[in-house]
Amino acid sequence: MVSHDILIVGGGLAGLAAALTSDPKLKVAVLSKVHPVRSHSISAQGGINAALANNPNAKDDTWEKHAFDTIKGSDYLADQDAVELMCKLAIPLMYELDHMGVPFSRFPGGVIAQRPFGGAGYPRTCYAQDRTGQVLLHTLYEQCVKKGVVFYEEVLVTSLVVRDGRCVGLVAYDMGTGEIRSFAAKAVIFGTGGYGRIFKLSTNAYINFGSGIGMAYRAGIPIKDLEFVQFHPTALYGKNILISEAARGEGGYLINNKGRRFMEDYTPTVMELAPRDIVSRSITTEILKGNGFENAYVHLDLRHLGREKIEKRLPGIQDICIHFAGLDPVDTPIPIQPAQHYSMGGIDVDKDCASPVKGFYAAGECACVSVHGANRLGGNSLLDAIVFGKIAGLSASRFINEGGFAGSKDAEIDGEAGRLTSDFEGIRKRDKGHNVYRLLNDLKILMSDKAGIYRDAKQLREGIDGLGRLREAYKDACIYGSCTRFCQEFVTLVEFDYMMDLAEAILRGADLRTETRGSHFRTDHPKRDDESWLKHTLAAYTEKGPVFSYRAVNVDKYKPQERKY
Amino acid sequence: MSTIFKILRFDPPKDEQPHFQEYIHTPKPGDTMLEVLKDIRDQQDPSLSFRYSCREAVCGSCALTINGEIGLACRTQFEALKTDVVVIEPLPNLEIIKDLIVDFKPFWDAYNYIQPYLQPEGEAPPKGHCVDEKDMEEVYQFITCILCGSCYAACPVATRDGRYLGPAALAKLYRFAIDPRDKRPWPALARVDNPTGVWGCDTVFRCNDVCPKEVRPADGIEGLRRRMVVGRTKHLFGRKK
Ligand SMILES: Cc1cc2nc3c(=O)[nH]c(=O)nc-3n(C[C@H](O)[C@H](O)[C@H](O)COP(=O)(O)OP(=O)(O)OC[C@H]3O[C@@H](n4cnc5c(N)ncnc54)[C@H](O)[C@@H]3O)c2cc1C
Ligand code: FES
Repeated sequence: MVSHDILIVGGGLAGLAAALTSDPKLKVAVLSKVHPVRSHSISAQGGINAALANNPNAKDDTWEKHAFDTIKGSDYLADQDAVELMCKLAIPLMYELDHMGVPFSRFPGGVIAQRPFGGAGYPRTCYAQDRTGQVLLHTLYEQCVKKGVVFYEEVLVTSLVVRDGRCVGLVAYDMGTGEIRSFAAKAVIFGTGGYGRIFKLSTNAYINFGSGIGMAYRAGIPIKDLEFVQFHPTALYGKNILISEAARGEGGYLINNKGRRFMEDYTPTVMELAPRDIVSRSITTEILKGNGFENAYVHLDLRHLGREKIEKRLPGIQDICIHFAGLDPVDTPIPIQPAQHYSMGGIDVDKDCASPVKGFYAAGECACVSVHGANRLGGNSLLDAIVFGKIAGLSASRFINEGGFAGSKDAEIDGEAGRLTSDFEGIRKRDKGHNVYRLLNDLKILMSDKAGIYRDAKQLREGIDGLGRLREAYKDACIYGSCTRFCQEFVTLVEFDYMMDLAEAILRGADLRTETRGSHFRTDHPKRDDESWLKHTLAAYTEKGPVFSYRAVNVDKYKPQERKY
Repeated sequence: MSTIFKILRFDPPKDEQPHFQEYIHTPKPGDTMLEVLKDIRDQQDPSLSFRYSCREAVCGSCALTINGEIGLACRTQFEALKTDVVVIEPLPNLEIIKDLIVDFKPFWDAYNYIQPYLQPEGEAPPKGHCVDEKDMEEVYQFITCILCGSCYAACPVATRDGRYLGPAALAKLYRFAIDPRDKRPWPALARVDNPTGVWGCDTVFRCNDVCPKEVRPADGIEGLRRRMVVGRTKHLFGRKK
C-alpha cells in the first residue's frame, strides 16, 4: 500500500494545474494512464479565452463581457457566479502562464495576440499558432518537473474508495507490472477528462473513455447535466480529426454543394462564428436537405485566406489536412462534418471543486461546476481546466491542513483491491464470451444513433433498451489475451463498465429533459422551457439505475433571454 | 489486399528473446498503421501491446520502426508503404518493456537534466512579457516537438553512448535559450558544454531526417554550440574582472 496526502488522477491540464497549486509541504502524486504529455489536452488547437483587450478591435473588452458571452452561450444553464469567477481569474492567469513559459503568439508591440472565436462578442482567444493545448500542457508539465512532482505513469485507476462519506483512496491497475495496487490518500482530485469515445464519431483521443466520471458516480457522487454533449461542427470527414474553430476565427467559410455560405440562412449577423451547437445543427440540416457532398459533409474553405496566413496561423491544421486527408487547404476546401467533441456534464462539484464526499475534488472536463451549461464556447475549456484545476489543488490542500481527515483505512482499500483482483481472475478464467472491443463498438454506434445532434423520445428510449442488452452481454465478457502487463483488453473491460453508466445517464437525462437547450435538441420539444427546465440534472447511482433530481441554476445578473446571433 | 504483418513480440521475463509473429490482415482504404495495429489487436490478438493516444500526430505516443523506418504509426498511411510484407518493430536505442512498448527512461532523464522550464527574472510583469512576434516565431520551430523519441531512437551517438543527452533534450534547451523571456544563468547552459551534451553530436543529422514535426533538432544543437563558445569566453572575462 502506497500512501499520499493528495492523489491527483489525470495528467492533463486540470491534473497538472492541481499538482502545481498543491501545498508543497504535502506528499502529492499524480497518477495517469498515459504519460502526462500524452493526455488529451495536448490536442487542443485554437486557444484559451481571457478578456485581455489586446486586439485592436477589442479595446473595451472586459471580464464581465466574457462572462456574459459564456452565460448566453451556455443557453443560461451555467451558474453565473462560477462563470464570473472563471472569467475574472482568466486575465491574471494568462500573465502567469506567460511567465511560466507558454509561447503565446504576439501582436505588433509584443503583447499576447488574440483571435475571434465562436459565440464571443470580442476577439479574446489567446493562442500559440494552432497548438495551444500542446504548449499549455508541455509548459505545465515543465513546471511540475521544476517542482519535483511525483508521477505514477501508465497506471489506470479502477475505483475510488469512499467510506462513511469520506474519500480514503484508490485502487489501480499498474500496466507496467500487471499488478492491482492500492493507494491511500487524505484527499483525491480527479482530472480524468471527458468520455468522447462513447460516441462513434468523436474528435477526442482514442483514450478518452471517461471512466473517472463513472468511478465517482459509483462511489456515490452525483453526476450533473450529462445529457449535454457538444458536437463540434468541423471534424475532418472520415477521420473525425478536429479542424479548430480558429479556422473560422481566422476567416474560413462554410460552403454547401450549391457553392453557398449557407450560414447566411441561420445566423446572418455572425455567420460562421455562431456558437457550436447552432453551427453543428445548421450543417446537419444542410446535409439532411441534400445540400451536402456525398450526402455526408460540407466544405470548410480557407483558400481565400492565402498561403501566408494559413502557414503562419494554422500550420497544424494544414499539417493534419496534408497527412490525414491528402489535401492542402491552401488550394482545396476541407471536407468536414460534425462530431462529438466535449462533455459539458460531469462530476457534480461546486466553485471550490468540492463534491458531497469529503476529501474528493474534481476539475476539468470530468467535472461540472457548471461554467458551460448547455453549450460550451470554444476556448473556454482549456480555461476551465486550468482555473479549476488550480482551485482543486488549493481546496484539497486546505482540507488537509485544516485537519479535515480522520485517519486512513488501509484495510478497506486493500479489500477493494482484493475484490478487483479476484474479479479479474474470474473473468480471465472464462474461456468464451463476448469480445469487449465488439461491445464497445456497439455502444458507440448506439450512442451516435440514439443520442446525437437531433434527439426525440422514441430514439432515446430505443437507446435505453439497447443499452440494457449491452449490459446483459457485458456480464459474460471475456478476456482473450493471455497477457497481464499492458493488457489493453483489461483496461477496456474496466472502463467499458463505467461507460455504460455514463451512457445511461446521458440517455435517461436526455429523455427526461423535454425541452431544447444548447446542445440538447429535442425535435419533439423544439423550444427552451425556462419555467420547467432552468435547472441542473443530477443523477445518483443506485444498483437499479440512476435516480434523478434537479437543482436550480445560479442566476445572478443576467436574466435568461432568447439566444439570437 | 491481404498483407503479412511481421510484428516484434517480447514479453520478458516470460520470453527469453524477442521474436517476430506474423499476422495476415486486410487494411481498410485510408487506414493508418495505428488503425491497422488496433484492428489486428482487436480482431486477432488482444495480447499485442503498443502505445497510442491522440491518433493525430500530436501526443508523441506511437513512434515505431515500420519497414526499417522510424515514424509515427498514426501518421503513416498503410497504402504509402507499398509492400506485401510490413515489418513492425519498436524504437531502437530504448529497452523493450513489452512488444512495441519501450522504456523512455533515458529520454526523460535527459529531458529532466537540461532543466526544461523557463527561467525568467523576477515576478510576472503585470501585462505579460513584451516579446517580438519574430522572436516567438524562432521559438516555434522547437516547440512543435511532441517528445515522441524518434530522434533519440535514430541517433547513432545515443546508440554508442547511453549517456548522450540526445537531440530532443538539447533542442528543448535551445528553445529556452533563444526565448527572450528566459534568463537562465550560464551554469545552467554549461551543463551541456561537454561530450555527453552538445559536443557529442556527430552531425550526421539523422534526427532532422526522422523528425515527424520538422523540428530539425540539429539546428538547436548547432545553435547551442555557438552559445557555448560565446558563453565560455564571456564567462572567462567576467571572472577575470
Ligand atoms: C481536438 C480537440 C481540440 C480542442 N481545442 C480546444 C481549444 O482550442 N480550446 C479549448 O478551450 N478547449 C479545447 N478543447 C477541449 C479541451 O482540450 C479539453 O476539454 C481539456 O483539455 C480537458 O483537460 P482535462 O485536464 O480535463 O482532461 P485530459 O487532458 O483529457 O486529461 C485526462 C487525464 O486523465 C487521465 N485518466 C483518465 N482516466 C483515467 C483513469 N481511469 N486512471 C488514470 N488516469 C486516467 C488521462 O491519462 C489524462 O492524463 C479541445 C478538445 C479537442 C478534442
Ligand atoms: S497516437 Fe499520438 S502521436 Fe500517434
